[in-house]
Amino acid sequence: MKVKYFAWVRERVGKAEEMIEPPASVRTVDDLIAWLAKRGETYAHAFETPRVIRAAIDHAHVKPDATIAGAREIAFFPPMTGG
Amino acid sequence: MTANVTIRIQEADFDIAREISLLTRGRSDIGAVVSFSGICRGNEGSEKIAALTLEHYPGMAEAEIARHAETAMSRWPLTGLSVIHRFGRITPGENIVLVLTASQHRQAAFEAAEFLMDYLKANAPFWKREESAAGASWIEARDHDDAAAARWTKS
Repeated sequence: MKVKYFAWVRERVGKAEEMIEPPASVRTVDDLIAWLAKRGETYAHAFETPRVIRAAIDHAHVKPDATIAGAREIAFFPPMTGG
Repeated sequence: MTANVTIRIQEADFDIAREISLLTRGRSDIGAVVSFSGICRGNEGSEKIAALTLEHYPGMAEAEIARHAETAMSRWPLTGLSVIHRFGRITPGENIVLVLTASQHRQAAFEAAEFLMDYLKANAPFWKREESAAGASWIEARDHDDAAAARWTKS
């Protein structure tokens, strides 16, 4: 699946998007955040406070317990500050 | 007549008078248009701001605003609405966002415009980074923006 990062999550990870293949044990958005956080220092920094990270699956907001099965694109970003 | 819905995410500025006329021209069933513009301030508290840079999530920004537009159209008797949100570097005094709502009577137009702005601030995938003498930093989300959006879901 494709993952995208925005704002300071993107800056901390050091890239805007990438393709990932998490193991089957990674079932929810929360699981994926924990799995990503272990990929290295930049990821650990980006995902150090999971409760402030928001997620979207295929362009729609989702909760941390949402299942990632079948997702084409998952995005992680800080709370929105538009308008 | 069918409702007139426009949603645009763009780098360029917009012309408010032109957008209003696009919403109302050729129609005689509109009695009220409410226009809200969000403008870049030159300071945040005591700190002077040189510019804002708005990042957005292309594709989702349009989809998210369209979902809120649909909700507004179903909740209020609107004849049309327009939402235009800019991205990129914006300097103090420049437009950031425009929300127009049109209806036969003013109450629906006022309420729908406020609803759209509250939802947009809390849910549309845009992030502001501010430039000041101290450097550049991401603006933090404010709890009262979430609270403003949440009050529309109360019965």
